[in-house]
Amino acid sequence: MKKQKIVLIGNGMAGIRAVEEILKLAPNRFKITVFGSEPYPNYNRIQLSKVLQGDTEVADITLNTWEWYEENGILLYPGETVIEIDTDNQIVSTDKKRQVKYDKLIMATGSDPFMLPLPGIDKEGVTAFRNIKDCELMISASENYKKAVVIGGGLLGLEAARGLLNLGMQVDVVHLSDCLMERQLDKTAGKMLQKELENQGMNFLLEKQSAEITGLDRVEGLKFKDGEEVKADLVVMAVGIKPNVTLANESGIQVNRGIIVNDYLETTVPNVFAVGECAEHREMVYGLVAPLYQQGLEMAKRICGIDSEGYQGSVLSTQLKVSGVDVFSAGEINEDEDTKSVRVFDDWLGVYKKVLVKEGKITGAVLFGDTQDGTRLLSLINKKAAIEEYMDNARSEETGLDLIASMPDEEIICGCNGVTKCSIVEAINTQGLTTFEQVKGCTNASRSCGGCRSLVTDLLAYTVGDAFEQNQKESICGCTTLSKDEVIEEIKDKGLSHTREVMHVLGWKSEEGCSKCRPALNYYLGMLNPLEYKDEKESRYVNERLRANIQKDGTYGVVPRMYGGVTNSTDLRKIADVADKYDVKLIKVTGGQRIDLLGVKKEDLPSIWAELDMPSGAAYSKGLRTVKTCVGADFCRFGTSDSIGLGTKMEKKFEGMNAPHKVKMSVSACPRNCAEGGIKDVGVIGLDGEYEIYVGGNAGTHMRQADLLAKVKTEEEVIEMTAAFLQYYRETANYLDRTSVWVERLGIEHIQTYLSDEKMFKELNQRMDESLSIVQDGWKEVLESETMVRDLYQNVNIPAGSN
Amino acid sequence: MEQLLNRICVAKFDELPENLGRRVHVGEGNLEIAIFKLANGNIKAIENRCPHKGGVLSEGIVSGELVFCPMHDWKISTCDGKAQGPDIGCVKTYKVEVEDNDVYLLIEK
Repeated sequence: MKKQKIVLIGNGMAGIRAVEEILKLAPNRFKITVFGSEPYPNYNRIQLSKVLQGDTEVADITLNTWEWYEENGILLYPGETVIEIDTDNQIVSTDKKRQVKYDKLIMATGSDPFMLPLPGIDKEGVTAFRNIKDCELMISASENYKKAVVIGGGLLGLEAARGLLNLGMQVDVVHLSDCLMERQLDKTAGKMLQKELENQGMNFLLEKQSAEITGLDRVEGLKFKDGEEVKADLVVMAVGIKPNVTLANESGIQVNRGIIVNDYLETTVPNVFAVGECAEHREMVYGLVAPLYQQGLEMAKRICGIDSEGYQGSVLSTQLKVSGVDVFSAGEINEDEDTKSVRVFDDWLGVYKKVLVKEGKITGAVLFGDTQDGTRLLSLINKKAAIEEYMDNARSEETGLDLIASMPDEEIICGCNGVTKCSIVEAINTQGLTTFEQVKGCTNASRSCGGCRSLVTDLLAYTVGDAFEQNQKESICGCTTLSKDEVIEEIKDKGLSHTREVMHVLGWKSEEGCSKCRPALNYYLGMLNPLEYKDEKESRYVNERLRANIQKDGTYGVVPRMYGGVTNSTDLRKIADVADKYDVKLIKVTGGQRIDLLGVKKEDLPSIWAELDMPSGAAYSKGLRTVKTCVGADFCRFGTSDSIGLGTKMEKKFEGMNAPHKVKMSVSACPRNCAEGGIKDVGVIGLDGEYEIYVGGNAGTHMRQADLLAKVKTEEEVIEMTAAFLQYYRETANYLDRTSVWVERLGIEHIQTYLSDEKMFKELNQRMDESLSIVQDGWKEVLESETMVRDLYQNVNIPAGSN
Repeated sequence: MEQLLNRICVAKFDELPENLGRRVHVGEGNLEIAIFKLANGNIKAIENRCPHKGGVLSEGIVSGELVFCPMHDWKISTCDGKAQGPDIGCVKTYKVEVEDNDVYLLIEK
């Protein structure tokens, strides 16, 4: 039988996804030709904002390589635009005078950015944010210019603005409404978002209507209706998109806002389909990826002659891709007379959740700060679940599995990398995966923001069934099935003494382990046997191995120790001299009250340390970093204790301590807590005649308010309690778990009970002292060893033209 | 076609630490090569720039024939230069010869 000819107009995500579905359903039945105006293979347009934000590169966002087209026998004409469709004879013609006949035509022409018709719009330096070219223009503008103005405070505008900030530009965001992303967020979430982005450095001009772009050849400013004007070297227009329907319209296909299609994505003209952003289905035009993929699947079924109920429309959901901000919304977002809502609002942690309920059914959700529930809520909204199901879900794991079971195969689990339920299930089944890490490694799911981790884990549990339980003891890494506790037991039992021995005796799958287990084993061995164990430099991450913090360009940061954050003029002079002599690129005061010298070459590190002649600040270590202190009773009019004195004592005591992860401490001299003990691993607050010790706080990725561990009377007791706490953490935490995670795992009550046993308390203190007894200054150790200087810091230089 | 190669002594075999990389700068340009002595005693040389974001591979953790980039943990083979799945990319590899105790790097003229 002769192959039927499919022609696809538009080489973007929606069209190519539809082609992939067709190839899956009916391989070899069609001869497929694709026309695309952009000179690239299909790429992930959603990730453009990540390219702009510097998180990824253009090459990394390609979805289908040139080889893919070839392997599937698809004829691709990149950089070629279809300009005419003869629907009677079923022929398309292009701008390169090519004519191709079709049996089925798919229009996936996408949409164009909407450009406000302002005077001056054609000036140099005015751009949309839609394709790779726009992205490149913005990146090159950032190299020569300072000030950018983004028009539009919606999803795209904010992602563009974040990208421009990362590129080092000053950014104003102009928005017509008084609230950001008002189509996706309610007022509360919009305001929280605004505050967060202002903290990141964005400046907002709300309720402003743009009137004119000023300047000679290049843009110099933006004028508003109210007469005000701001300076601008770059104007990015991100006010919306409009479906690209020109070609369809000219070809006699019925269009409204988009190309009108029925449930099978058929247009009003026989054998012509439309899919994606250009299509209008039941008066809705979709601009997000999930609905477009659903449309593609339904259309593919129709083209391949498979019965289905067709496309039924989608509930919209949104996730903002700006680092450090978690925002999610789906379905309805604002209450009306018929809706009720369930809300959680935690101003301290910056978390806001709202679930809208109409007649008992979930109809929409807005999440800010914690978006883990996002995918689940979307799924519940899609199946019009009762609110009880969500409320119960929050407590019961089983319903989580039910939910996974009821998800359609095409549902996207990982929004960042576009990984669907069925592709994860397939990987699990065909490659016999049993752990979350393996799934992440093989499918890319959860590799970007990690927000879908719980879903992936549920899906794994659901797919492998009983086999799941036994694997959930959380093995150290993919090289072994043993958990940390089991490995530690074996090390003690069998008296194992190096990483290679551990891996060999305990049957590691790879002979030399990986970047996860090797540093972990090195730590466990050292923690169990501090006096005998010889630390393995080659099993340390780069920063710890080189005792400096690697930067993105391969240079390093140097942070000398300043006990309690106190310095003096001699040290400052030395630091200044060294900075000049070694051409330090940036001198920065850190969050832990230290000075960081950035941009140092590796080979210069030993000489800088020698000339500084100060102890290492250990800013690179998994161990004690800093003890931050407030001014305290000597100078502060509120201070009730000597915070600097105690902080310095603690820092001198625990300096050089290794731990599963970094440990930050602080001492404040009154409840105002200027040293921010609420977000430290150990935060001490000195009151009148008493000290409070808080633990397990964290301000980073796993934000957590510290718990009160104990109240004690003297400085000595503070130090003993801290030592016992930290030693217990050192002995029982998983490598790379901060105290926040560990305290949450064990529970603060458990830790308090354990430490209240006098014998345990004493022994923990003894073991801590033992491990501290062998501590050497990180820098001195290097300077005293010629081999270390040679092995770790010397480069080889081959002069040009040598032989 | 036969390529003209420079043969340059870059290290003493017994002075190269096992499973640690060493950086070699070539000429005035940006070319940097990472040399590794693997646990099996083989010496490997690859371009010192991770295909992902240019991380310095010479500072990565070495396991068998793989090196883990210190920036974002990509796994690169020191033998053929290829990134391991699911990542895609490749770095250049260079020939190395060991004679007596001298390690020679072969690079194009």
